[in-house]
This record gives sequence, C-alpha cells and structure tokens, in this order.
Amino acid sequence: MNDLTLTRREFLQAAGALVVQASGLLAMGDAAAQAAAPVIVGPHPSALDTWVRIAADGMVTVNSGKMDCGQGLDLAYAQIVADELDVALDRVQVTLGDTRLSPNQGGGSGSTGLRMGARPLRNAAAEARRLLVESAAARLSVAADALDVDNGRVFVKADPARGVTYAELVGGRNFAAPLKWNNAVGNGMDAVGQARPKDPSQYKIVGKGFKRKDIADKVMAREHYTAHIRPANLLHARAVRPAVAGAQPLAVDAASIAGIAGAKHFVKGGFVAVVAETEWDAIRASRALKVTWSDVQGPFAGGEDKVFDYIRAARPTAANAIPMFGGKKDFDPKPTLDALAASKKVVEADYECAFQSHARIAPSCGVADVRGDKAEIWADTQKPHFLRDGIAKFLGLQVANVQVKWMHGAGSYGRSDADEAPYEAALLSREFGRPVRMQWSREEGTAWDPKAPAGIISMKAGLDEAGNVTGWLFKAKGFNGWDVRFTGESPEHTLVGMLTGHRKWNAYNFNTPEESYRFPKHVHWWETVPPYLQEASPMRTAHLRAPQEMQTRFGQECFIDEVAAAAGMDPVAFRLKHLTDEREIAVVKAAAEKMGWQPRTARAGGGKLMTGRGIALHSGYQSYAAVACEVEVNKSTGRIWVKKVVIGHDCGMMVNPIGVRAALEGQIMQGISRALYEEVHFDDKRVTSVDWQTYRIASMDDMPAEVELVLINRPDKPIGGAGEPAIVCFPAAIANAVADATGVRIRRYPMVPERVKKLLA
Amino acid sequence: MPQYTLNIDGAKRVVNARADEPLLYTLTDTLKMKGPKFGCGVAQCGTCTVLVDGAPVRACVTPVSSLGKKPIRTLDGLEKNGKPHPVQVAFVEEQAAQCGYCANGWIMHSVALLEKNPKAGEAQIRKGLAGVQCRCGTHIAILRAVKRAGETMAKA
Ligand code: FES
Ligand code: FES
Repeated sequence: MNDLTLTRREFLQAAGALVVQASGLLAMGDAAAQAAAPVIVGPHPSALDTWVRIAADGMVTVNSGKMDCGQGLDLAYAQIVADELDVALDRVQVTLGDTRLSPNQGGGSGSTGLRMGARPLRNAAAEARRLLVESAAARLSVAADALDVDNGRVFVKADPARGVTYAELVGGRNFAAPLKWNNAVGNGMDAVGQARPKDPSQYKIVGKGFKRKDIADKVMAREHYTAHIRPANLLHARAVRPAVAGAQPLAVDAASIAGIAGAKHFVKGGFVAVVAETEWDAIRASRALKVTWSDVQGPFAGGEDKVFDYIRAARPTAANAIPMFGGKKDFDPKPTLDALAASKKVVEADYECAFQSHARIAPSCGVADVRGDKAEIWADTQKPHFLRDGIAKFLGLQVANVQVKWMHGAGSYGRSDADEAPYEAALLSREFGRPVRMQWSREEGTAWDPKAPAGIISMKAGLDEAGNVTGWLFKAKGFNGWDVRFTGESPEHTLVGMLTGHRKWNAYNFNTPEESYRFPKHVHWWETVPPYLQEASPMRTAHLRAPQEMQTRFGQECFIDEVAAAAGMDPVAFRLKHLTDEREIAVVKAAAEKMGWQPRTARAGGGKLMTGRGIALHSGYQSYAAVACEVEVNKSTGRIWVKKVVIGHDCGMMVNPIGVRAALEGQIMQGISRALYEEVHFDDKRVTSVDWQTYRIASMDDMPAEVELVLINRPDKPIGGAGEPAIVCFPAAIANAVADATGVRIRRYPMVPERVKKLLA
Repeated sequence: MPQYTLNIDGAKRVVNARADEPLLYTLTDTLKMKGPKFGCGVAQCGTCTVLVDGAPVRACVTPVSSLGKKPIRTLDGLEKNGKPHPVQVAFVEEQAAQCGYCANGWIMHSVALLEKNPKAGEAQIRKGLAGVQCRCGTHIAILRAVKRAGETMAKA
C-alpha cells in the first residue's frame, strides 16, 4: 500500500475496469441520456466489473468511491454484497476511495455511505448473481430457475450434488457486462442491471451484528495511515502562518534557516512553507524562518466576546426560506406575525451557538508525488475523487493523470482540514521535484481548519386560551455555512488555493432542517452575515457533522420545551401532541419509556448538586433519533455531568447493529463534547484556540454512568444514515435537562462550566 | 549528527538524531514505526505515548538524547511471539476504535496502568486515562475494553 506503483492486484483491477468500460458504454440507456452523461475519468459506473469482481479463487472484490473513518462502512458493504451474491462474508473484500479503482460516488458526506453508496453495489451484486446463475444453467443444461446458490456455488435444487462454483464459472475473467448508469456523479450515482436486488426478508447476513476487521490492524500498529506514507527521497514540509490573520508575507530571510542543512523555503502569494530532509528539521525550519508580514489590522472586530452582537447588527448577505437546497423560496411572515399578535400569550427566545472547529485528533497530513505531468496523492480526505479533480485544476494537470489514494486517517466529521495538506504537498512536490509529505501542526488543526458557523436562532410562538399553538416563527441568522464547499473540487475551496489567488466562491446557506411539529401558522427562514475576512480566513466555514442542524435544532428543541412549559404541559406529552410522523413518535416514546420518564411540569432539583432530565428529537438522513438524558449540575462549579443517556433510534433497515451501536456511542461522546465544551476562541487578530487546552473536548471524565440504546429495526424501510441525527440532539437535550434540574434556561452552547456557574449564581 | 543507541522493545537500535529531536520523530521518521503517532506535539493528547521504564511518556516532547539506555516499550512491540497483549485483544473484542488514530495512547496508558494493577476499578481507570484524548468519542467502548483487559490480566 505504501508503494508508489500499483500492486499487481490493484493493477489488474484497474486494467480490467478499463477493458470493460468500452463494453459497458455500448449498452447504456438511450441516445439522449448518453449525450447528457458527464465525462467519467477512471473506472466507469456502467461496467459491472467496476463494482464487483470475482477472482479465480472465488474471492469477491467490491470497489466503492466512498471512504470510512471508523464507522465500518466497508463491512456493511461486504454484508450486502455477500447476501446478494450468496457467498460467505469472509469471501468479500472491499476497497474504498481509490480513484484508480472506483468512480466518484461523492466520498463520505451526509450519512450517505450506506443509504446511497450501497445502491450500485447491491444492484451490481444482484446482476452478477443473475449472470452467474445463467451461465451455470447453460453449463449444467438446466433452466436457471431450477438452480439456487449457496456459499458461492450454484447447484441444482432437485439434485444438490450437481453444481458449479462461481470461481469455476468466472475462471478469472471479467464479467464484461453492462449496467445502466443513472448519469449521476457523486452521492447520487447509481447503476442497475437486469436483476432486481433481493427482498430484505431474504437477507441472512444483513441485519446481523459483525465486528470490524480494521480494528485489529489499528490496535496492532499495522494500519497504514496517511501519516505513515514515506516514499523514498521524501521531503518533509511544514507551513508558516502569520500571527495576524490576513497578513501577507513581504519578505523572507533565507539566511534564517541556512543553518539547517537541506532546508528550503517556498513562497507563493500568501502561502509560506519550508521543506527539509527530516521531519524534525522541517519543524525546526518552520520555527526559525524569519518572515516579514504586512501590518494588518485584525479582521475579527471585538473577538469572540462580540460575535453575537456582530451577527445581530450585520446586514444579511443572503436569506432564504426553509429548504436547505433547491433554490430560492418565497415566504411571507405576515400571516404568522398576525396570528402571534392576536395570541393570548407570546413566548420568544434567542439561542446562540458558537463557532466550532473540526479539530481532528491529528491535523491535516498529505503526501504527494508530482512527476512531470502526473501526480499521485495519498490523503485521508473524505472526497478522494473531488480532491483529484481539484488538485488537477490547481496544478494544471489532466484529471486522468492525477490519482488519489484514500488512506485511513484521523477521524474527519465533515469538511475538515483533511484536504488542505494534500493540496499543499502537491504544490511543493511540483516545485521541488520530489515526493513531499506535508503535516499540519496542532495549532493549524484548530486555528486554521474550516469552522462550523456561529449563529443565533430566534424563536417565537403564540398560545391561545387553551394552550394551543397559534403561530410559530423560526429565524436563523448566522455566518454562512459554506465559505468553502464540502468538496475540495476546486482550489478556491482550500486555504492554499485562496492564498495563491483563487478567489472565494460566493454561495450562501445557513440551512434549517424541516421541523417535526406541525403548527397551523408557521414561518421559517435563515439569513447569513458577511465573513470577518473574505479570503483565506482561519474562520472560513464549512460543513461539520450534521451541518447547521445542531445549531437550528438547539433553538427548535429547546424552544418546544419552553412553549410546553408556557402551556403548562410535560415536554414529552407536548411533543407527542404535535407529532404526526409515526416513526418520530416511536423514537420519542422509546426514549421516554426506557428513561422511565415521569410527566411533570415543575423543575425537580434543588441544592448544590441538582439533577434533571431532558429530551430532544431530530430526524434526517432517512433516520430518526430521540435523545433523553439525565444531568447532574454542580452549582458551585457550573459543571454539567450527563449521567445517563437513552437514545431511541430508527435508521430504517439496519445492516449491522454492532455498527449502529458504535456510531451512536461515538455520537454520545462527541455530542456531549460539542454541547458542553467546544468553542473556537479568537481575539480581534487571530484564532486563539491552538491546542487541546484552548479548544477543549470531552474526556473520559465526561462519560455517562449509564447508556441505553433502543434500536428500532425496520427492514421494510430504506437504509437510513446513522451518523448524524442523534448527535444533533445533544445540546438541546442537555439544556432541557439543565432547565429541569435548575429552573435556569441556558440559551447558548457550548454550556461551559464558567458560564453555567454565572447563570446559576 | 550525534548517534544514540536506544533500547526499544528489547532491541538495540542505533540512530542518528539531533540532540533535541523528540523521540516521536526518531520512532516514526527514522525507524518507520507505526504505533506512536503525531497528534499535537505539545503533550496534550497521548497519541505519541511510549512506556519508558514502564511509565507512560509523551514521545513528542521527550528529547531522544534524554533516554540513555532506559527501556522503551511501544505499541509496535506489544505483541509477543505472535500473541497480542491482552489490552490489544480487549480493544479488538470491544471494537474500541473508530478512526483508531488515538488508540496508541489509550492502549499504552492502559498497559502501564493494568500491568501495575490489573484490578484497577473504574474510578482508577478513568483517572489513569484522563489525559488521553479521543475526537471520535470512542470513550465508552474504550472503557469497556480496559475493564475487560483488566479482568483477563487479573486471572493470568
Ligand atoms: S502528540 Fe504527543 S501528546 Fe499529543
Ligand atoms: S477513535 Fe478517532 S480519535 Fe479516537
């Protein structure tokens, strides 16, 4: 895997896929669809062999353009393919995110790994089975419907001794069979053959719990992470950033690193870096290099203390009604405002959400080997194919000449810094004519990664005499959700791209997830505010796990509790009164029951150590989650301990319950972390969150004493994403529990101890 | 560049390094070892942890020149005669890794803790592992794994 050249197996795969590409194209849809089809570089989605291959020894290889950062996507794919093909699970191996072997399925994003990414694999496996059974029918001279398959062997139902194995049928050749591609590139990519996938009721492997295999490699020090890629003749690189955001390098004193043998510096536009023969020398050179930076005023007027004032006062750059994608929507707040004005009682509140960092456990790392007009990239990117396209554009190379190999890396939960170092490594490798490994520092990993935007969620509701809701108003106003895109498909979506003259795109979005509750008169919209610094900002924003949903749901799910209180109702009862979707109702009920939820309206706690419980609901990604929790609040320290967590969860057809549990446990700790601690600190000149002391995350100490997961399996429903809906609930569920415990409503997250202490004093 | 003879996982390794080079880079860059990893470089996360004289040490801030002949144990050397360490076995059993980048820190700290006291209770484990960071939020599975490893080691 560490080699610069393809291994024999990979090479055979890549070559095979190209051969089949031609035959795949022949049978593609109608002429019009063909004319509209985007150009595919690399393995073609309309070739069966792109997705599934069977080797001479019967091993099944599955290629996917997605990636995994520890959720076990490859295992879930293997389960699906094994079931469709009727082979044993351990006969299936999955390769992910290698642009030489797979088409662009969009990489990792939006919990699409299974719910969208599995579709072409499932279809291809079904088609492969159909073809194999047909060929067995010919070989055994029986009708195809007289045959069945078990463990990779096709046999005659009436005479099971007569049969032939897949390996014998395939004989090491390609399928050379076409699929019909839907002309989509990215998450929506699909391809179908003549066979229909099995009905889920026939699945034997899907739905059962299996353990991941990559964990052994990871804990036995065998796994290759990007950080381990060190080709021969490697140069190590580090970047040098200005102390004041937005400052430009005016002069660089080469003599300042002359004492470090082999160290060299590089400047292009606003990007400054050093390279050296050893990693330690690269670090030393980055510290020693004297750069004269332009004298700029800090861009972050007032720093973090004034961020919400800034948002309130700012003129919007864009506004839109509720749906996150799909163009501009008209909205008319007047009927809602009129209804509110006529209400007996009006409740309103603002909720504030701080900037958060992706802060990966290891900052960005990328290795590039650019030789002439070709480039090879190793990266723990979430989007290998988009990274390939972007680096090709950045260096002016043909896309076909750039290869990206996705590697395991530090967990990435959205558009993190993962694509940054690979771009920088590519630029430096071309400059110095050697392979380059760029490693960001901890400081860069929190101070210069793309951020989740800060925002204010304003809520207003009216109640009539009977305590019924008369009108519901939701408005999100915050920093743009995507100063850089969630794909690094083009240089302007990276820091180094902007630093070298690629101008930031101008697209705006804050996003508001559809609400679960149905009220007669309601209006929802968002507004974005201008960035502090237009280009190359350390506070540029991008998707962070469940983008802007945590912010908006914090407002919505806290406010529903506040309205319930105003109506004199228990929060669970009030939610159930206004929910219509049976799956939402089911997860709320499941969580409340498991929690032993006792209806009440008055607060419970008192004294120094106060306890209370809260709940929040989120649905999205074709999944549903209700999180109930019990907290203990220490009045004298302001510390919130989430003592118990219960999740009611429905992600449709569950492929691997062990994987779903692991995903939920991870979301519990990351959810607690984002709810209680995570905020980007900055003054008017720079981001001051530079390490784990200045960007605090949850630790072992924050672990709940008790966790209960109620998994609702719905094999009749599509596979939903299990990586996002639950985490969204945490800030609201915790704030609701704190209000129950203390009678004090916290309307900002993170709920850091210092602030909580003040609010409780 | 000065030369040092390090005692790593029971073997003598001769390396050239600057006196101030942190051990982490010697292990990863010069010796191409995979267990200890760079996470922060400022002794705040634990991904670089090795055991020196049996105690967890942050390799990212420990100069190679300070080690002398002291025995250094790493994740790469935990497996003995093809047998994984009970802590490694427990991490696999409990599936205690998402990205797994942090696993080195948790495992090495747990080895140090449990080899001294396999009967460590939950409170001691939580305290012993307080300085290790995990971004993916795998703590719940990790704690299960460490408890399981303790049980195995207490029986042995
Ligand atoms: S890398 Fe050494 S403690 Fe983080
Ligand atoms: S498993 Fe990813 S940081 Fe711990």
